[in-house]
Amino acid sequence: MNLKKTFLPLINPLSKDNPVIVQVLGICSALAVTAKMEPALVMTISVTAVLALSNVIISLLRNTIPTSIRIIVQLVVVAALVVIVDQVLKAWNYEVSKALSVFIGLIITNCIIMGRLEAFALNNRPWQAFLDGIGNGIGYGIILVIVSFFRELFGSGTLMGYQIFPQSWYEAGYMNNGMMILPPMALILVGCIIWVHRAKNKDLQE
Amino acid sequence: MENLNLFIRSIFIDNMIFAYFLGMCSFLAVSKNVKTAFGLGVAVTFVLLISLPITWCINQYILQPGALSWLGEEYASADLSFLGLIMFIAVIAALVQILEMVIEKYSPGLYNSLGIFLPLIAVNCAILGAVLFMQQREFTNAWTATVYGAGSGIGWLLAIVCLAAIRERLDYSNVPKPLRGIGITFIITGLMGIAFMSFLGIKL
Repeated sequence: MNLKKTFLPLINPLSKDNPVIVQVLGICSALAVTAKMEPALVMTISVTAVLALSNVIISLLRNTIPTSIRIIVQLVVVAALVVIVDQVLKAWNYEVSKALSVFIGLIITNCIIMGRLEAFALNNRPWQAFLDGIGNGIGYGIILVIVSFFRELFGSGTLMGYQIFPQSWYEAGYMNNGMMILPPMALILVGCIIWVHRAKNKDLQE
Repeated sequence: MENLNLFIRSIFIDNMIFAYFLGMCSFLAVSKNVKTAFGLGVAVTFVLLISLPITWCINQYILQPGALSWLGEEYASADLSFLGLIMFIAVIAALVQILEMVIEKYSPGLYNSLGIFLPLIAVNCAILGAVLFMQQREFTNAWTATVYGAGSGIGWLLAIVCLAAIRERLDYSNVPKPLRGIGITFIITGLMGIAFMSFLGIKL
């Protein structure tokens, strides 16, 4: 029981309290980077790292920050972490960094981060806040991976850049669904994920 | 002519919501009725209009590699571009704060109608997104940046007002239970995005 309670912040965001489809936070980047799987995974790792670290830092500082200026303090902490992630990514994988373009910078204004800092890190101990950050990062990642899986598979016929549909299919008349690559399809896919999720969890329905 | 083209493009084709999904959180949260949606849209447009020329100047004269050469020869090799993110978010947050105080002083009516939305704009990704796109596209002068800001703002305003109008009508329709609320909103936004894609290729 006690163990379960400790790990609740880690497990809850995976499905019942998912940041993207239940709390509706961080939609911008969740939709924009999902045309291919690789950027989606890199984005997940970056967001999880920033979220977990900023949660810990804010949680450590929670008793010293005056409430009136907490937004600015949070912005500065997050911005500093994002600059580090941005520089690391540029050095380590320039191609992906180019593909993500402005969306790494936009992690600063990603509502998941601000939302979790406000709702969780300000009232909880660092270890709990760390677990909450990891949990929410993974919950965010799950949605990104599902959306990008369908978009890349049906849009380009590849996964992580490897050809999935054999060449003979294309010769027999199969065609990639160009619609999947276009931005509106990401929204519709997330809408469908919400539909399935809420059909299973009746208590979330409005 | 060039600027007019950019203006039209940023409203309809490179629309902040439908092409880049920027400012999605407040777009989904504040689109329940047309009046508040319009208020937020105007506020976002206003902040974009002011913050883009200012950040353009900062980027041009402080951050870019070699931008500090106006200080003297020894600064010509300085490259401060890694400070971009922190600098921009600080400028936007400060700007929103100042704007709030100015509006409160000179136009209490507008201040009351915008109310809580003003401070929230600092963390709206449409603003930071537009600034980063401005930096990436390397606009040649502050005027172009202003036009781009105005265009993106109006595009955002248009999108949120349209969605709010649709959602007001949606209350009377029979939506499947699990889709109600946020689910159907996503799908509507997707369909609106497809509709907006018919503007693709417009060139003046």
